[in-house]
Amino acid sequence: MAAQSADNSKKSAVSTFFNALGKGLKDIGVIFVEGDIKTKLSYIIFGLGPILRGQILTGVAMLLCEGLFIWFMASFGWQYLSKLSTLGTIATKKVGRKTVYGDNSFLILLFGVLCIFAIIAIIAVWYMNIRENRKEELLLKNGKKLPSNKEVFLSLFDKNFDKTLLALPVTGVFVFTVLPIVFMILVAFTNYDKNHQSPTNLFTWVGLENFKNIVSFSGAGIGSTFIQVLLWTLVWAFLATFTNYFLGLAVAMLINKKGIKFKKLWRTILVLTIAVPQFVSLLYVMKMFANDGLINGYLIKWGIIKTYIPFWTDPMLARITIIIVNIWIGIPYMMLIATGLLMNIPEDLYESARIDGANPWQMFRSITLPYMLFVTGPFLLTQFTGNLNNFNVIYLLTQGKPQSVNLAEKAGNTDLLITWLYKMTVNDTNYRMAAVIGIMVFVVTAVISLVVYNMLPSVRDEEGFQ
Amino acid sequence: MKSYKTKRTISNALGYIVLIIISIIWLFPFVGLVLQSFRSYATEYGGMVDYLVPKHFSLDNYKFLFDAGQTNYILWYKNTITIAFFVTLLQTIVILCVSYALSRMRFTGRTFLMRFWLILGMFPGFLTMICLYFLLKQFGLTQAGAIPGLILVSVASSGMGYYVCKGYFDTIPKALDEAARIDGATRARIFFTMIIPMSKPIIIYTALVAFMAPWCDYVFASYVAFGHDSSYNVAVGMTRWVWTNDYQGYFTRFCAGGVLVAIPVTLLFMFLQKYYVEGVTGGAVKG
Repeated sequence: MAAQSADNSKKSAVSTFFNALGKGLKDIGVIFVEGDIKTKLSYIIFGLGPILRGQILTGVAMLLCEGLFIWFMASFGWQYLSKLSTLGTIATKKVGRKTVYGDNSFLILLFGVLCIFAIIAIIAVWYMNIRENRKEELLLKNGKKLPSNKEVFLSLFDKNFDKTLLALPVTGVFVFTVLPIVFMILVAFTNYDKNHQSPTNLFTWVGLENFKNIVSFSGAGIGSTFIQVLLWTLVWAFLATFTNYFLGLAVAMLINKKGIKFKKLWRTILVLTIAVPQFVSLLYVMKMFANDGLINGYLIKWGIIKTYIPFWTDPMLARITIIIVNIWIGIPYMMLIATGLLMNIPEDLYESARIDGANPWQMFRSITLPYMLFVTGPFLLTQFTGNLNNFNVIYLLTQGKPQSVNLAEKAGNTDLLITWLYKMTVNDTNYRMAAVIGIMVFVVTAVISLVVYNMLPSVRDEEGFQ
Repeated sequence: MKSYKTKRTISNALGYIVLIIISIIWLFPFVGLVLQSFRSYATEYGGMVDYLVPKHFSLDNYKFLFDAGQTNYILWYKNTITIAFFVTLLQTIVILCVSYALSRMRFTGRTFLMRFWLILGMFPGFLTMICLYFLLKQFGLTQAGAIPGLILVSVASSGMGYYVCKGYFDTIPKALDEAARIDGATRARIFFTMIIPMSKPIIIYTALVAFMAPWCDYVFASYVAFGHDSSYNVAVGMTRWVWTNDYQGYFTRFCAGGVLVAIPVTLLFMFLQKYYVEGVTGGAVKG
């Protein structure tokens, strides 16, 4: 049912998009035919109509956009955009003792993408400019006055305040998130790696080769490594999320229990792991469990073991230790959240259950747990996706080690996709595969989020627990 | 009746025992950190040992940290505070602006923007590291200029973290806005004189989260400041002490440095804990 409705909404979103597009194209034609000379000229010189009609502020802003675009493309953008299809053909050479730099594939790709965005943006401005002309024409035809420049400016703090507020944040996200992500998605279709480093070497488009590599199980393919790392990532995210959830809930209930005193003290002790920066606490714990660390030291001294326990160097043990340390780090979050929520459960529910002779376990199973799962469904989902990408815990504890000969591309036994990606980028400069892994992480996260989100009781049935 | 009472006492006693065990486990690493930071570098080994309590207490490690001739620790500390300060200030402003616009105003592309940012958030952050590094390099904001570069990157993308704050704004009744608008107040005025003063808890939460993050930023900071010792933050500098094997003797110094980092951040957190709890609980329930 949920899937079907999602499907419908997707279909309708697509059809709305094409309807809007068709309407926009029609508008452009109609406005040109019906418009006066000022409007017609504005099709080439942005904002000319508004300027001639006295809307200096709007007109000049649009004209500036056009000027900026032309300047950008002519002085800078075109040389990169024109080479985007090949990513450069002139290699860097050594002539005598001098290096003659050729094309820089990295720059071509990056600024080529930027150019494409600039073109999309200028088309949007062009369309806005046409609509603005139409609006002014209609207003004048109906004998109304156009808003003064001052009014237009002041609307930025009232009716159009959203534009003022969002301008910088949206630009920031665009330059430092959208542009890099698009760039890296495109890198996944190139052969940009340590043998093709710009500016000394060129790299070029290779189509789906990298994606084939990640699902190929023979020869040099890294398919089996990818599957193993992916599986461990999923197992880790599942265990990390649910151990923290249930143990955190248990601790919260224990502290909330009626007879227990010094509630604040217990909570404060637990919250220490949130307060202390993770790189301090995790690195210290890492050293504590090291082969020559405190734990092994004491166990040997007390004669409990003869040789050290390889907490970090044995693959299986390392995984278990990571999950245990993660409990230490993660319980306090859940404890804090659960504490507040547990108090929201009406006391009479428990009261009547007790009268009916329910034991604590039954009360937990039929009152506390359903309520908590219902309320914290979305939180569990974000925790899960957060754990899929939980870089800090893994990297500060093991850096993905111990290494394994069975895994390709220097993946270690405790590597998550995200730490593997990081190592590929930083240690091996294998950007092409790192980009593919990044896309895979996105796919996994998106699929899980979408599927689980539609299954959540609090989403399907918002009124359920009222 | 009596059996009920004894049962209760036993279950409470069990509860206390469990809590005490938990407390010991939770506190042990921190106690160890503090104790080992006082181990004398001169008379005992500075690396890993198999005992907790040092034989001689000394301030050697702390003296080392403050000796500018031997280490840049003080500089790293200053760098981190600079980053944390500016990120806190700017990120809070950005998040408040975005949250207000998304919570109170209805404009074309609003739902599109929210969905688009949600999808963007599913891409792993490190994917874009080399691209960001390169962008920063174009402006000279790597290596020597890493500090402003890190601030820029953290602040630029912070608009996407509006969820908790917007959730809070959504709970402020819209009727208040409408009443003010009838009285002739502009949107900007409502934002600055009504919404912001009413949002103290969420502002503190946002600022606190923003302040804590730069102290742990190892990944991107180490990439941007690579090889340029004086632009490290504490996380990068001290992580290198622990990982590089030549630095084995630096373990107790790491402990001392860790204590100095942990104390102010922990105190601040404990002091503002109430707001933090409010923020995470609200965020968790709304998702």
